[in-house]
Amino acid sequence: MTGWPLLSLTTFVPLIGAAFIVMVRGEPAVVARNARNVALWTSLITLVLALMVWANFDPKTAAFQLEERAEWIPAFNISYRLGVDGISVFFVLLSAFLTPLCVLASWQAITERVKEYMIAFLVLETLMIGMFCALDFVLFYLFFEGVLIPMFLIIGIWGGPRRVYSAFKFFLYTLTGSVLMLVAVLAIYFTAGTTDIPALMKADFPREMQYWLWLAFFASFAVKVPMWPLHTWLPDAHVEAPTAGSVILAGVLLKMGGYGFLRFSLPMLPLASEFFTPLIFGLSIVAVIYTSLVALAQEDMKKLIAYSSVAHMGFVTIGIFTFNVQGIEGAIFQMLSHGVVSAALFLCVGVVYDRMHSRLIATYGGLVHRMPAYAAVFMVFTLAAVGLPGTSGFVGEILVLVGAYQVSTWVAALAATGMILGAAYMLWLYRRVIFGELTKTELKSITDLSPREIAVFAPIVLAVLWMGIHPAPFLDTIHASVENLVDNYTAALRAAAAAEGNVVAAGTAP
Amino acid sequence: MTEWNLSQLTAAVPELFVALSAIILLLIGVFQGDGHTRILSWFAVAVAAVALLLVAGTSAGPETAFGGAFIADAFARFAKALVLIGTALALMLSLSYVEREDMSRFEYPILFVFAMLGMMMMISANDLIALYVGLELQSLSLYVAAAFRRDSLRSTEAGLKYFVLGALSSGMLLYGASLVYGFSGTTSFEGIARAVAGGEGATGVLVGLVFLTAALAFKVSAVPFHMWTPDVYEGAPTSVTAFFAIAPKVAAMALLIRVLVDPFAAITAQWQQLVVLIAVLSMALGAFAAINQHNIKRLMAYSSIGNVGYMLVGLAAGTEDGVRGVLIYLAIYMVMTAGAFGCILCMRVHGRAVEELDDLKGLSRTRPGLALALAVFMFSLAGIPPLAGFFAKLYVFLAAIQAGLYALAVIGVLASVVAAFYYLRVVKLMYFDEPADTLDRVPGREVGLVLAGTGLFTAFFFVLPSPVLNAAATAARSLFGG
Repeated sequence: MTGWPLLSLTTFVPLIGAAFIVMVRGEPAVVARNARNVALWTSLITLVLALMVWANFDPKTAAFQLEERAEWIPAFNISYRLGVDGISVFFVLLSAFLTPLCVLASWQAITERVKEYMIAFLVLETLMIGMFCALDFVLFYLFFEGVLIPMFLIIGIWGGPRRVYSAFKFFLYTLTGSVLMLVAVLAIYFTAGTTDIPALMKADFPREMQYWLWLAFFASFAVKVPMWPLHTWLPDAHVEAPTAGSVILAGVLLKMGGYGFLRFSLPMLPLASEFFTPLIFGLSIVAVIYTSLVALAQEDMKKLIAYSSVAHMGFVTIGIFTFNVQGIEGAIFQMLSHGVVSAALFLCVGVVYDRMHSRLIATYGGLVHRMPAYAAVFMVFTLAAVGLPGTSGFVGEILVLVGAYQVSTWVAALAATGMILGAAYMLWLYRRVIFGELTKTELKSITDLSPREIAVFAPIVLAVLWMGIHPAPFLDTIHASVENLVDNYTAALRAAAAAEGNVVAAGTAP
Repeated sequence: MTEWNLSQLTAAVPELFVALSAIILLLIGVFQGDGHTRILSWFAVAVAAVALLLVAGTSAGPETAFGGAFIADAFARFAKALVLIGTALALMLSLSYVEREDMSRFEYPILFVFAMLGMMMMISANDLIALYVGLELQSLSLYVAAAFRRDSLRSTEAGLKYFVLGALSSGMLLYGASLVYGFSGTTSFEGIARAVAGGEGATGVLVGLVFLTAALAFKVSAVPFHMWTPDVYEGAPTSVTAFFAIAPKVAAMALLIRVLVDPFAAITAQWQQLVVLIAVLSMALGAFAAINQHNIKRLMAYSSIGNVGYMLVGLAAGTEDGVRGVLIYLAIYMVMTAGAFGCILCMRVHGRAVEELDDLKGLSRTRPGLALALAVFMFSLAGIPPLAGFFAKLYVFLAAIQAGLYALAVIGVLASVVAAFYYLRVVKLMYFDEPADTLDRVPGREVGLVLAGTGLFTAFFFVLPSPVLNAAATAARSLFGG
């Protein structure tokens, strides 16, 4: 199998599926059915390919694997180069894992323009996977920003009442950050003479320049993560997006920011990363505590989960900027876990929304009496979001806290407060929606999970429990790359300190 | 002076061919009358196609004709190819439109061909006199074309406005040219370049250069000489507007590049300041002024002003890479604009051409193919990857960063975010809103052909960008004597 361009296949198979759907013609009902089926099968094939990527991945080395390279724009020394390492391999898998679930979750929820919807999701999948595989900065940027187009359309066409406002806000916020990053990419290109990511990781930029480049990257990634105070697009986008759109937003798009920090800011700009760490810690702690409090006050389930995403991503950024193996592994694990858990929570909201067409917490109550299976599933994900041991959420959070504790007790202590608040708003949400008396008449006839919905949730429940009970296969795969990242980072800092020490020494010598 | 012989004209063979064809077409038109406009238009397209082959056949090495007043080099070849393709596209887009709008007179394609000839002369001008002759041939043809629907108040007003303001800019051009001539003693670009490099009459030449730049900025519709653009774009018949937006822009920009880079290379630092200022103003105005527009032709006018700003960013770099960026931008911009205007030409409700943005509401439901094409062009104009428009912007910003113009690049990208808003608004109207009135299904296979071609180019440029990039690189190199 090694002779195959496995990553290119994984990236572009969804696009081929989309092309098939474009060609579907005929009666609207037939077109819709065919579009759904093609989308489902294409995304399942992609999932199999992504699993093969994992299977072929050698966890013992930190180098990029399954590399592919082709000439693309030789005049500018820009090439089409793909590859994965321990940091990116699971994000590829996560994207491929969530897309078929999105297609399934939209099976009945989307009745209008099904064809376009499925095309948008498959194109989105290509762009997401391509972004995590890209090893050339221009190629990365192409995928990174291309994601905006299908997401804009998904929110704007199939979203809720305020969809236009949310779609524009999402698009323009992200675009502003991205174009600043583009300027930084171009500046890097002229300093280092290449846009090849592995080469750039070894490049050495002057300290002053690093600060500016870092800020430009920060503008882009902080909006994506999103970090407080740049997070305001997220609740709007989540509330208005269709369920599957929220799933992809929370599951994958937010991870693009964290991935960006890990892939670019840390290895390429170590001095600036160290310099700006207090800024990141400050903003992350505000995010963890403030948005948790905001989440407590929400009336809308989707908004609550959206704010909880901001808080959880605050943990991620803290973990990344601890610069130790535990912290970064925890951050990656937390991103994966949050990708699965928050996606699942949005799907849970989608289940009741499809039945009642309301996202307000007050609409529900006592659902456990009519929907025991739903209550059980919802509980698993609530506890995973809270970080109960045995679920995926626990592993990530505990590693981040261990990492943070080595750097600063205060950061760890304040972040831990967020965990308590997280438990508060999640459990309170669960209590209000699931428990209590079933008093509302319109809920009396609500039905439990259908087989299709069970098929959606079963793999996620398994993933959450697997990641929580036996995280070793995941952490082992990540480990070598993270260790390499941390080693390079400390080496770069030491070299810079030595060089600057020499300058000072030389300056004072005579 | 060497004895004159025919071989001195080889460099100008494409132009001679076009001039001759234009006269023949004119004769055919006069004798056959208005009933043959369609045939004549196809002939005109064929003339452009043959001229394109002739241009491609000319040698890449710089060759001069008419005693050095005319130059054919790789730069001219690239720009002429764009102008010829652009004119052919505009003619094809016009074919059924002029018939429907009852302006099917035989002069229409012939004016286009004369304008095309003027543009080719502009691109190859190597002398201030030749520059002026080419520019006026183009402009006069365009003034008439703008007022082509002579019984419509809007169209004649547009033509007149364009003419009066155009005459003003011609005056400035002549004034600047006379100053340059007065202080350098020659009208030929090589002579001026020598004089400027020698530092003769530095102040006088500089003043002349400012006037020249202002006049050419008028032609490319850069701020603060842009006032005519929205009115003329809106008033002229849509098919003529499409032509304005596609071909003359390329020619005028190529001329501006040649004038600044060739004779005034020695004072690059001086004109650079000028171009930076114009670029910033154009980008900002193009972005902000378009937000409030309701007429799609006016919107496209402001969009073109903004896009000229981005091109000038590349020129402001004043380097070979900068010129390469501008040429790539021109090529991609021309294709996108041709496509966008192709969509606008399809906008008809109940047999009447409409041009309000609100007429696009819900287009994705009533005409999904057309809506998809326009959406591709809009996202591309907004510069979102992986569409072609992103690459256009990428290369001009690349050049700006390389030249150390960081602030200009940052202003540019931020302006592009503002501009993205109104491009997105068009997408929003088509995709997010409910349909109000169904657009008519417009007959005319040519428009569909142009839309498909330009749409595919825009969407899939990223797959194989190298041919355009390499051609632009060769063209830029020829200008810098490489």
